[in-house]
Amino acid sequence: MTTMTMVQAIRSAMDVMLGRDDDVVVFGEDVGYFGGVFRCTDGLQAKYGTPRVFDTPIAEGGIVGVAIGMGAYGLRPVAEIQFADYVYPGYDQIVSGAARLRYRSAGDFTAPITIRMPCGGGIYGGQTHSQSPEALFTHVCGLRTVMPSNPYDAKGLLIASIECDDPVIFFEPKRLYNGPFDGHHDRPMVPWSAHPLSEVPEGHYTVPLESAAVFRPGEAVTVLTYGTMVWVAEAAARETGIDAEIIDLRSLWPLDLDTIVGSVSRTGRCVIVHEATRTSGFGAELAALVQEHCFYHLEAPIERVTGWDTPYPHAQEWAYFPGPQRVGAALRRATEAA
Amino acid sequence: MSGYPPLELHVPEPSGRPGRETDFSYLKVSPAGAVRRPPVDVRPIETEDIVDLLVRVLDDEGRAVGPWDPGADPGLLRRGLRAMLLTRAFDARMLVAQRQKKISFYMQCLGEEAVGIGQALALEPDDMCFPTYRQQGILVARGYPLVDMMCQLYSNERDPIKGRQLPVMYSSKAHGFYSVAGNLGMGFVQAVGWAMASAIKGDTRIASAWIGDGSTAEADFHNALTFAAVYRAPVILNVVNNQWAISSFQGIAGGEAATFATRGVGNGIASLRVDGNDFLAVLAASRWAAERARRNLGPTLVEWITYRGGAHSTADDPSKYRPADEWKRFPLGDPVERLRRHLALVGAWSDEEHARTLKEVEEEVLAAQREAESHGTLASGHVHDASTMFDDVYKEMPAHLERQRGQAGGTR
Ligand SMILES: Cc1ncc(C[n+]2csc(CCOP(=O)(O)OP(=O)(O)O)c2C)c(N)n1
Ligand SMILES: [Mg+2]
Repeated sequence: MTTMTMVQAIRSAMDVMLGRDDDVVVFGEDVGYFGGVFRCTDGLQAKYGTPRVFDTPIAEGGIVGVAIGMGAYGLRPVAEIQFADYVYPGYDQIVSGAARLRYRSAGDFTAPITIRMPCGGGIYGGQTHSQSPEALFTHVCGLRTVMPSNPYDAKGLLIASIECDDPVIFFEPKRLYNGPFDGHHDRPMVPWSAHPLSEVPEGHYTVPLESAAVFRPGEAVTVLTYGTMVWVAEAAARETGIDAEIIDLRSLWPLDLDTIVGSVSRTGRCVIVHEATRTSGFGAELAALVQEHCFYHLEAPIERVTGWDTPYPHAQEWAYFPGPQRVGAALRRATEAA
Repeated sequence: MSGYPPLELHVPEPSGRPGRETDFSYLKVSPAGAVRRPPVDVRPIETEDIVDLLVRVLDDEGRAVGPWDPGADPGLLRRGLRAMLLTRAFDARMLVAQRQKKISFYMQCLGEEAVGIGQALALEPDDMCFPTYRQQGILVARGYPLVDMMCQLYSNERDPIKGRQLPVMYSSKAHGFYSVAGNLGMGFVQAVGWAMASAIKGDTRIASAWIGDGSTAEADFHNALTFAAVYRAPVILNVVNNQWAISSFQGIAGGEAATFATRGVGNGIASLRVDGNDFLAVLAASRWAAERARRNLGPTLVEWITYRGGAHSTADDPSKYRPADEWKRFPLGDPVERLRRHLALVGAWSDEEHARTLKEVEEEVLAAQREAESHGTLASGHVHDASTMFDDVYKEMPAHLERQRGQAGGTR
């Protein structure tokens, strides 16, 4: 075990897989010599050489397209999209090319590809460096969508994603790259080394896909969340003194329904938290699932705390971001309702 | 199976990296005055022989030579030089303001000032530019107030776009400057649409589209070329080849196999490859392209060869991926110094005037900065009120956003 930041853990996952499996290749804009704008691939080209780790032209449609072709050949490409906000030129290749390849060829061809991309706000990135478009991918049949909240999960989930024979969309909350972030942007940054979840094995291990984690056990209310919001929800529980059970979904789709249903059936109350915009966000799917599976256990309306239905503004970032105060208020409403 | 040796993947490599000087012989530079100037009604395919050459006007002594000499009025060139100096002073100041954490982010156009400013002086003020984030020179040349630019950078209470976007993503319809998206390539094809609209309506205005070498890889670039060629859209398609796209050199965008200008000819578009640090060549080629567009002769693609003198943005350190100070070794030099030498040679500029102008532009920038800062900065929290973030999502605010705006005001 060593202490790793999220960046180091993600790099370590690719390092381990490049070392173990000759079919793994890593590429994207600025990922080769430079090692990525967030440094996630730093040193990998020097270690494994250019045919295995390389820079690509600035063309997300091309990046995803060639990844699918390489996957069809039998490789396991790991492609980086520099920001989730820039994935849209590659969206057609993901939706029409990767997601349905297995189905339309009845398993003759498959796309065992992993597409990594930083998501989320909190860095004053404005409308093109802050988005959380996970619902655009959970809506597509045939894709797996994953979002870790800490270094240990990030490495284990990324290795599981690379080994997975389905196309995986792997979101990396950029605000967590170098430390946990609970939404208090005016307080000093906390380094990962201060948290036990930065203890990461150096070698190979996996965190299975479709498994959620109980991030914080509790009895009063269930919080369903993922990514950065796991930390914000924890701060909200701490600050309100509400005994919330926080479930970190980790895999958004397909997901671990048993853990969700078990928890909500016990607490009878549910708050859903995500940073993405509200309408048709992944929270809507979660609310529907809870309603379908836990209706007779519910003692209060399901609450959703989300980003507002606007593009992510630059100057008003912290009024947009669903911080601990907004989550705390929802916890109160959910637990005070009769 | 076959008698062939194993295949190998080619991954382009720049000749220079930190600790290893770039071999600029890859650039293919023609002598000043050496490239012919086709008539504006040239058949696009007949520019085929010049897209590998380099249109240049200024020779090493600063003389204007050859068929592309625009015969420009010295007054206009002096305006161009002043706009370049002002842009450079503006960039330098704003870089400092970013280091002082008064603004969140900045991108300068150091070394590339001539392309945007030269073209702005060749266009009519109501022609529409679809710029990248590195064409602030167009705004400066068109007289957009520096204070308004800075208020955008500071995201303050007077920011014309209300704090919505990152610094440098300006927008000013009144100055023919289309909103910068941040999504690479996006505006390039939209410029073609604007130009098509001008033709549909029998207007006389033309469009000027801008894209970086790296971004030509995006599908939007190729869509733009196809549509522009098919409909003979009145548009200038500008590719700014500043040799770098963050850390990747222009070979990664495909510049190793063929110049970016050849992309135009292959699509049936008259194309030029031009020294972008030669202000006279920029003026001449821009006028040639604008003339073609205005006479309904169709689009022109111009590849401008220049060099990104500074970092990509304030978020990166170029000494990690390219030789430090390489700009000083760039064969096409500095556009400011080259125009200055030419004007001095023809007796239209002096060292005293240069020194005086430097002082003037510095004072102009400082005065603008003082005024902009009096309206607040992002750091001071004097930004547009949080409730304004719900405006402009739609023309009329729908009920759900009214509700959310109410919740945002409370604790919900
Ligand atoms: C669609 C998209 N993909 C990726 C990015 C991230 N990005 C911003 S600038 C840049 C490099 C652009 O290089 P180039 O087009 O050569 O323009 P230059 O910065 O050199 O002016 C990249 C990759 C982006 N903004 N948009
Ligand atoms: Mg470039």
